[in-house]
Amino acid sequence: MNGSPEVEERLPWSRGGNRGGDDDRFVLFVNKQGQTRLAQYYEHLSLDERRALEGEIVRKCLARTDQQCSFVEHRNYKVVYRRYASLFFLVGVDNDENELAILEFIHLLVETMDRHFGNVCELDIMFHLEKVHFMLEEMVMNGCIVETSKQNILAPIQLMEKSS
Amino acid sequence: MDLAINPFSSGTRLRDMIRAIRTCKTAAEERAVVRRECAAIRAAISEGDQDYRHRNMAKLMFIHMLGYPTHFGQMECLKLIAAAGFPEKRIGYLGLMLLLDERQEVLMLVTNSLKHFEYLVVLNVGRDLNHSNQFIVGLALCALGNICSAEMARDLAPEVERLLQNRDPNTKKKAALCSIRIVRKVPDLAENFMGSAASLLKEKHHGVLISAVQLCTELCKASNDALEYLRKNCLEGLVRILRDVSNSSYAPEYDIAGITDPFLHVRVLKLMRTLSQADADSSEYINDILAQVATKTESNKNAGNAILYECVETIMGIEATSGLRVLAINILGRFLSNRDNNIRYVALNMLMKAIAVDTQAVQRHRATILECVKDADVSIRKRALELVYLLINDTNVKSLTKELVDYLEVSDQDFKEDLTAKICSVVEKFSQDKLWYLDQMFRVLSLAGNYVKDDVWHALIVLMSNASELQGYSVRSLYKALLACGEQESLVRVAVWCIGEYGEMLVNNISMLDLEEPITVTESDAVDAVEAALKRYSADVTTRAMCLVCLLKLSSRFPPTSERIKEIVEQNKGNTVLELQQRSIEFSSILQRHQSIKSSLLERMPVLDEANYLLKRAASTQATISSVKPALAATPGDPLKLPNGVGKPPAAPLADLLDLSDDAPVTPSAPAAAPNDFLQDLLGIGLVDSSPAGGVPSASTDILMDLLSIGSSPVQNGPPTSNFSPPGKAETKPAPVTPQVVDLLDGLSSSESLSDENAAYPSITAFQSATLRITFSFKKQPGKPQETAINASFTNLTTTALTDFIFQAAVPKFIQLRLDPASSSTLPASGNGSVTQSLTVTNNQHGQKPLAMRIRVSYKVNGEDRLEQGQISNFPAGL
Repeated sequence: MNGSPEVEERLPWSRGGNRGGDDDRFVLFVNKQGQTRLAQYYEHLSLDERRALEGEIVRKCLARTDQQCSFVEHRNYKVVYRRYASLFFLVGVDNDENELAILEFIHLLVETMDRHFGNVCELDIMFHLEKVHFMLEEMVMNGCIVETSKQNILAPIQLMEKSS
Repeated sequence: MDLAINPFSSGTRLRDMIRAIRTCKTAAEERAVVRRECAAIRAAISEGDQDYRHRNMAKLMFIHMLGYPTHFGQMECLKLIAAAGFPEKRIGYLGLMLLLDERQEVLMLVTNSLKHFEYLVVLNVGRDLNHSNQFIVGLALCALGNICSAEMARDLAPEVERLLQNRDPNTKKKAALCSIRIVRKVPDLAENFMGSAASLLKEKHHGVLISAVQLCTELCKASNDALEYLRKNCLEGLVRILRDVSNSSYAPEYDIAGITDPFLHVRVLKLMRTLSQADADSSEYINDILAQVATKTESNKNAGNAILYECVETIMGIEATSGLRVLAINILGRFLSNRDNNIRYVALNMLMKAIAVDTQAVQRHRATILECVKDADVSIRKRALELVYLLINDTNVKSLTKELVDYLEVSDQDFKEDLTAKICSVVEKFSQDKLWYLDQMFRVLSLAGNYVKDDVWHALIVLMSNASELQGYSVRSLYKALLACGEQESLVRVAVWCIGEYGEMLVNNISMLDLEEPITVTESDAVDAVEAALKRYSADVTTRAMCLVCLLKLSSRFPPTSERIKEIVEQNKGNTVLELQQRSIEFSSILQRHQSIKSSLLERMPVLDEANYLLKRAASTQATISSVKPALAATPGDPLKLPNGVGKPPAAPLADLLDLSDDAPVTPSAPAAAPNDFLQDLLGIGLVDSSPAGGVPSASTDILMDLLSIGSSPVQNGPPTSNFSPPGKAETKPAPVTPQVVDLLDGLSSSESLSDENAAYPSITAFQSATLRITFSFKKQPGKPQETAINASFTNLTTTALTDFIFQAAVPKFIQLRLDPASSSTLPASGNGSVTQSLTVTNNQHGQKPLAMRIRVSYKVNGEDRLEQGQISNFPAGL
């Protein structure tokens, strides 16, 4: 082949800047010691980037008091977090997302886990990581909220448990 | 390694592994456990073990969550997906979604295996999309919606379209969200989905509704046709949905604190905003329902406030009636006075957006907002500061600035940087009142001089240089500040520069202002202050170098102190920092042997060209060193770079001065500008700027920098071999590059190596049309031949401004591309300033295939959309 190599027709157009969307970009559960207990990213980050991001965000959130607001700006994310006992639940969103609704979403997620595990604790999440992922997957897909009814969220999981 | 006898192949239970990891005391122990587990899993994989596949996948997910590489498990996911049972499929799909994102790193170089992998995924997902079990269909949709690439999207889009019509609501909602990913990957497909998206809004199931609403929002972003279509066809449905959920009686499954499904509320309001933006008819159509939501929603719980917040944003975003706007602003006022910090935060956030709509209404809350700047919570402080910054105008600038500067004194260390940057920016924006500007800058330098950026204090110096009536006042104020706050680096630099230039105004109280108290400063007091600054242990190289220049200048201004200055300079002749040593040796040579020309050599600097500085500063905040440096080197006659010297002494005496006259290589090719160059080097400061406090690199391009030549060479260029290099060395340099040939004081300057490097990759005009020119300049990091940083600069050749400018690029598979955001989305008319954007390309077949790129540019001229495309094949060889 000589001359300039052909540029394929069917190429993804990459665009500068962030996506400008209004989706979740990651969901993290972290304990008070800063250990990650669940991580779900809706955009590509390398392992090193993830580790750095988790470390930085957790440090920022742990340093805050209960009276301070539940939003932390970090790099080009806005992190909405909420603390339940020893666990922090963090959701990274784009800048024009409705922060209050995300707070409500975190609560819904915790309530859903509560309903399934009965008073959910850190160990439940660790030992049943895949189940928590299933729940999250029923609630959020590709960063968008897909279902908000606890009953609908848990139905496939209960079905699976019954069959096995 | 013989895997058959691997002792770990039997494996531990998931629970045991987690326990083992939990009991680890150190990171090293944890790594050891993970390594052992990974080895066992790899062994199981290569043995084709089936019994533990499910469990191994669960382990891998846990290991992945801890941040360890797990790419070797990706194929296992596919095997699980291919299995018949639901639990296997379930975990297989989950693994695929979690572990797959590493694929890009690991398999990028092996394009074939990536293709094969994608093929297998498409095969499996395609099969499961047609499965009779709705849960399995749901799994496949979910996976596709999370990970599909453009190719996969095209292959499977028809299946997904079909599933949008499925009877099962759970399948429908997942198909809708999957379509979002497809449309995002391939915007051309948007039109295929808009019909079904609009009809989904007639459903009852909330999951379907919320998914459909989000799909509609995405379609509007992807295509204007879709936006028009949905505006016509779904506004009515949206109003109905919103009315139904807000009026509905208690619905236990969706109830949150007495409100039915706030999530659906929020998404619907968002879509309404998208549809009614800049459209009067649809704005009017939703006016009533917005008013109803804004007045009826309970505001004592978070869920209600989330809805109100979204509703306000929608009202601000559309062509709302004035009554509705007042309603919205009142809600924000209530939010702002709320005791809950979360509510105050979102109020500040929203007020930023409201400024564009109704500045006056926001100004009314100024006092409250200013209080928020001083809040204990950094998130609120940051938002409030941004907002105050936007609120500042001619009438309130002085009082607001005073408040901010006062607060600078007591604010947290980590907030000072933001605050300083904002204050400097405000003060510069309203610098017509020069005295006020100077006063504020002096205060900021005194309080937070360590946080002031280089370009800011450079601008201050340029302004002082031009304001002859205020020079006396400035030097006296700075002297006082220097004595009080000598630890603030930028303050010291500015003060020392001023004392060097305007020393006589300091001691003689020249051009006193009415408001000033006369001060008594003797000549030796002034020298004391500078000496103290020079000797302060924490001063960095640039500051010390500026102190030396200042002393040199003072020796001519204050003849009685000249002996003492000579001593101080002598002391530094043995300085371990090469730059300071070189300077001291040169300066003491001037002091000792060249009294005759000293006074003319050390005259005051010529007035700096303000307009040119501002222009250059604006450009340099965008441009990187790579693009500007060669340009400078190529135009040695540039008057900005080479300020008019002191009466242009002839070349010979200057060479004499340096005591190198015997064999000074005054080559015939030496340009006439040589003496100027000399002077520049004489003033030159910090060629090797190794100080951590050194300025931001981009700042190194402005004129003042060039004038003082502060910190121009990156450290990796090594120490300048410098003034002791034999003149023969100078002669061997390529003469045409710069006037460096006669650059005796400066044996090796950074621009040489830079220009050599850049010479290999000349800038190109990548694209030119009747309206637009795009130029690319290139830079490579040493040691990374594959990677090229491209600085794209866009120039508008027409007489109308281009708005909504978007530059897009596509590259062949073997190249990776990263685009940073453009500096602006508006190209001013007639090439009046340009927009820049940086790209990073990694050529994975560096040396075998040249770079190639296709570009697409979209913009608006007078509101009319235009699109231009082109292919760039004239990249310089070797990129």
